[in-house]
Amino acid sequence: MASGKGYEGPGDYIDHHLSNLKVDFSNFGTVHLDTVIMGWVLGAVVFGILFLISRKATATGVPGKAQAFFELLYDFVDTQIKDIFHGDRKFIVSLGITVFVWILAMNAMKFLPVDFIAKGFEAVGVGYWKPVATADINTTLALSLSVIFLVIVFSFKAKGFRGYMHELFCTPFGGFPLLWPFNFLFQLIELVSKPLSLALRLYGNMYAGEIIFLLISLLSIAGWYGVISGSVLHAAWAIFHILVVPLQAFIFMMLTAVYLALAHESH
Amino acid sequence: MNINMTLLLQAMGFAIFIYFTARFVMPPLANAIETRRRQIADGLAEAEKGKASLVISQKEADKIIAEAKAKATDIVAQAEKQRNATIEASKVEAKTAGEREKASAQAEIDQLSVKAKEELRDRVADLAVAGAQRILKREINPQVHGDLLSQLKAEL
Repeated sequence: MASGKGYEGPGDYIDHHLSNLKVDFSNFGTVHLDTVIMGWVLGAVVFGILFLISRKATATGVPGKAQAFFELLYDFVDTQIKDIFHGDRKFIVSLGITVFVWILAMNAMKFLPVDFIAKGFEAVGVGYWKPVATADINTTLALSLSVIFLVIVFSFKAKGFRGYMHELFCTPFGGFPLLWPFNFLFQLIELVSKPLSLALRLYGNMYAGEIIFLLISLLSIAGWYGVISGSVLHAAWAIFHILVVPLQAFIFMMLTAVYLALAHESH
Repeated sequence: MNINMTLLLQAMGFAIFIYFTARFVMPPLANAIETRRRQIADGLAEAEKGKASLVISQKEADKIIAEAKAKATDIVAQAEKQRNATIEASKVEAKTAGEREKASAQAEIDQLSVKAKEELRDRVADLAVAGAQRILKREINPQVHGDLLSQLKAEL
């Protein structure tokens, strides 16, 4: 809990916990090392586990519990995507599982008490460490821009260059040449708003959740009453996040599938 | 907002994870699920076929049983008939044998009685001759009186 020791006040405490570990690589740029390490390590762990489960998957005999769990996840994602996406959905399902599992793993770091991590890293001399990689706009934008990149690739693949250009310039208002700029403007707004809404929704949810956790932690400034009520509130907010964390991962996955399905559909 | 090179690194990570999942993680699991699904479908189809063939075999079995029953009834009836015939035949044979036996016995009896009569006749003739001898107190010459004696024998 925040004792105020080491921090100049509540504002400094929150600021400290919400700041990334910035490292300047002179000719490469600034990197949030905590975000990148959390993201890559968590991804390597969860996809490594799934890989090990999948490698031992058997069609005959009784599947193990780990395989049953993975099949449950696969079936869940596959069922959702089957309703939206018509066509060969092998890649979309793989993408959906990647998105869902990775975001879920990164979001799940919220369940760790904020100060355990901060104090732990301070003990080894790292002053800043934000454990929730999705509470960093860089991560969510990286995800959503990658998705939009895939949307554009899918559009070209499904409709061809001419077809996609026709869609960009001749819809929604019509093919009259004077309307081309307006059509293109509309399509451009759509193309920009999709990744922005994706990224900001996830980022906002996670960032706001972190702030609430920190404010709850600050209650302990008020002494023992604060510590006790703060613990209760912390537990309640964490329980609420059992819903929020998978929900946000699920929404991101579903919207990814929807955008790709729209790109795949020919008019 | 603080957008920097982190975005590029995270996007790289994302791309690597997508590739890894699509290339290495999903195919074995999807294969296993697909194989199992096919096996279950095959099993169900097989069961359906088995059920149909069971109905057919049941019908066939019923037919065979009915045929066998009819045949068995036939055989029993035939056996009954044959038995009756055999009994009848044995009865007749027994009767014939008995009669034959009886006839041969009768013949023997007749023969014996004829023989006995003859013997008796001889003896009576002798007795009569002897009686007559005694009465006449003289000997009758059998050669002389042979005719008379034979006549007497025939009369007995």
